[in-house]
Amino acid sequence: MITAERKPLAEIIDYIDNCRRILLVGCNECVTVCAAGGRKEVAMLASAMQMDFMKRGKTVDIREMTLERQCEPEYVEELAPFIDQADAVVSMACGCGVQEVVRRFRGKRVYPAVNTSFMGAAERPGVWAERCHGCGNCLLGLTGGICPIARCSKRLMNGPCGGSSKGKCEVSTEIDCVWQLIWDRLKELGIEDRYEEIILAKDWRTERGGGPRKIVREDLAQ
Amino acid sequence: METFEPVIVAFCCHYCAYTAADMAGTMRLDYPANVKIVRVPCSGKVDPIHMMKALELGADGVLVAGCLEGDCHFKTGNVKAARRVTYVQTQLEEIGVEPQRLAMVTMSAGMGTRFAAIANEFTEQIRKLGPNPVAAARKAQAAPAPVAQVN
Repeated sequence: MITAERKPLAEIIDYIDNCRRILLVGCNECVTVCAAGGRKEVAMLASAMQMDFMKRGKTVDIREMTLERQCEPEYVEELAPFIDQADAVVSMACGCGVQEVVRRFRGKRVYPAVNTSFMGAAERPGVWAERCHGCGNCLLGLTGGICPIARCSKRLMNGPCGGSSKGKCEVSTEIDCVWQLIWDRLKELGIEDRYEEIILAKDWRTERGGGPRKIVREDLAQ
Repeated sequence: METFEPVIVAFCCHYCAYTAADMAGTMRLDYPANVKIVRVPCSGKVDPIHMMKALELGADGVLVAGCLEGDCHFKTGNVKAARRVTYVQTQLEEIGVEPQRLAMVTMSAGMGTRFAAIANEFTEQIRKLGPNPVAAARKAQAAPAPVAQVN
């Protein structure tokens, strides 16, 4: 999933301080799962914003909405009946959701309420860790299913660097050395000889080297 | 000057604090009428939004009262509630509302005396803090415009 964290309230308030009618929009997908911008977080932010405005003797009208997926036009369309009644939209979706609202409602000010972070998985309740970098050319088949692009601080593709110590990365003792994890996994699977295979220099054009990316499925595209 | 009587919302777990409050009554112990009790099946049922809404809608203080650590009827509801209280306190701090207006307390069903003592202490603590700034602003907004004064 795409992970995100809510921005400091002061930053959000700064965007909308002159607005009196706010449309606060969450998303039912990734940001709900990582507890950053789902229905509950929308309610919490609305309450905090309301209290902040009232404390300063101001009034604000906040309409709370949470879309099924804010990154898809069909769902963003649900905002249409309410958009004219808002001075600004505050979106709690990831950057994709924010930009989809911007694309649909050109004349409306749209502000982000979360910092979109990374593609990750839940290690345990309340803890999410980076797992995929979206490099566009998956190496997991070569590395025992553990990604050195997303999980090695240096994105090394042929074994650890000299900073690997006791299975930890030199950047922080809280970060596992991914090449230790890969080696352990290859051993578990009995395919340690795979470690000897040299992975050639990566073609980064499939990552961001080739500019903004797009996927077109001709059979589905309209 | 009018004495400030705070409104305190206490979310009380059915298995401990609510029974303790009941016991305080049975024991004829005095505790301030300021404390308004909301019975919940477990302190872990109290969501951050409940705490926020109570303060947003005019409460001057909010108590979340659960079982003693290790005694939760649902195992860890009280531990989760304590974490949520800490989280909401950080949110309150961000908007400039005193985090002391929200507190987590624990007790067993037999601690009627403790409930009454906590109710007294917390009411005094909130009385010292003064009215919730949000509630005060709400009241001021709702008040009718002052009548024009003749010189």
